[in-house]
Amino acid sequence: MALPVSDGAAADVYLADSVKIAAKILIVGHFAVGKTTFVGTMSEIRPLSTEETMTQAGAHVDDLTGAGRKTTTTVALDFGRLTLSDRLVLYLFGTPGQQRFAQVWKDMTVGALGALVLIDPQRFDQSFDVIGLLEEYDVPYAVAVNRFDGSVEHPLEKLRAALDLLPDTPLVTCDARDRASSTEALMALVRYLQLRASKELA
Amino acid sequence: MTDDPTAKSDAADLVRPYVITRGRGHPTRAGLDLVSLVIALPGDESPHILDPESTRLLALCRGGILSVAEVAGHLALPIGVVKVLLSDLMDTGLVATRRPIPAAELPKTQLLQEVLDGLARL
Ligand SMILES: Nc1nc2c(ncn2[C@@H]2O[C@H](COP(=O)(O)OP(=O)(O)OP(=O)(O)O)[C@@H](O)[C@H]2O)c(=O)[nH]1
Ligand SMILES: [Mg+2]
Repeated sequence: MALPVSDGAAADVYLADSVKIAAKILIVGHFAVGKTTFVGTMSEIRPLSTEETMTQAGAHVDDLTGAGRKTTTTVALDFGRLTLSDRLVLYLFGTPGQQRFAQVWKDMTVGALGALVLIDPQRFDQSFDVIGLLEEYDVPYAVAVNRFDGSVEHPLEKLRAALDLLPDTPLVTCDARDRASSTEALMALVRYLQLRASKELA
Repeated sequence: MTDDPTAKSDAADLVRPYVITRGRGHPTRAGLDLVSLVIALPGDESPHILDPESTRLLALCRGGILSVAEVAGHLALPIGVVKVLLSDLMDTGLVATRRPIPAAELPKTQLLQEVLDGLARL
């Protein structure tokens, strides 16, 4: 039977046999902010996606009808992979954050180390939903302003105030199309997670 | 799901995963998550009559280690369905997941340091 893997050599598909630990970081943000781009930039494999069919309890529109109707929606999750050492692999999941898909969020957030929130400063007000979800699911996060061409430079401190971020929450800029820049943003998140972990121990 | 696996008809099997997930909601074997690492175990599947999705899943996993999410992505199946198929194959002894390293052996601070070191090497 042929390997049911669409393309690429097996070595580009499978993990090394020595890998024992899989860690997970979420890449979240509002519509068209660059989540898929970020995952694709970082991933060592061709990014994959899966579709989850969600039954969503009636939203506001449905409530008006008083029927409590349920709607079925498909949520696409895209993800990529980074082998970080002989024994450690990191998965990045690009997660839609504009709606409340409780089961997807549960699956996504279980065991996640943390999340990177991508923000387009022109539309920062669209980020409150996703930040609210992260807080609800208790996922620590850092914020990265995705630099779009021609976008006005927003002073980070103003943005911090507008987003109502805690003083400790990292706020960095990145270009989701650039690997070095995206790596830096992930490292800022991980350093923050370390700080939190060491405080928890203290 | 624990009934005799040889007693299933082909027709029933074709629709089975979808029926299962609808019926069970979000079935998961404790500890099976998106990044659980799946390994096919050496063994003969011929005593078991597997549905086509399970056969594809097993063939994929015989090539090497993959996460649950990657299995779903390669097979173009929803993650919920893949979890059901995997737990059945685990019951049958045809696949296993790599046992996670206990937190006592890998404190969070050490894991984060390994992630950071790995990112710095990219
Ligand atoms: N100029 C510029 N364009 C970008 C950048 N990041 C993403 N884009 C573009 O913005 C568009 C949206 O990017 P995606 O990566 O698809 O965004 P997304 O968050 O996955 O979008 P949805 O999944 O639809 O919510 C694409 O056309 C990208 O090419 C960036 O840093 N600079
Ligand atoms: Mg996307």
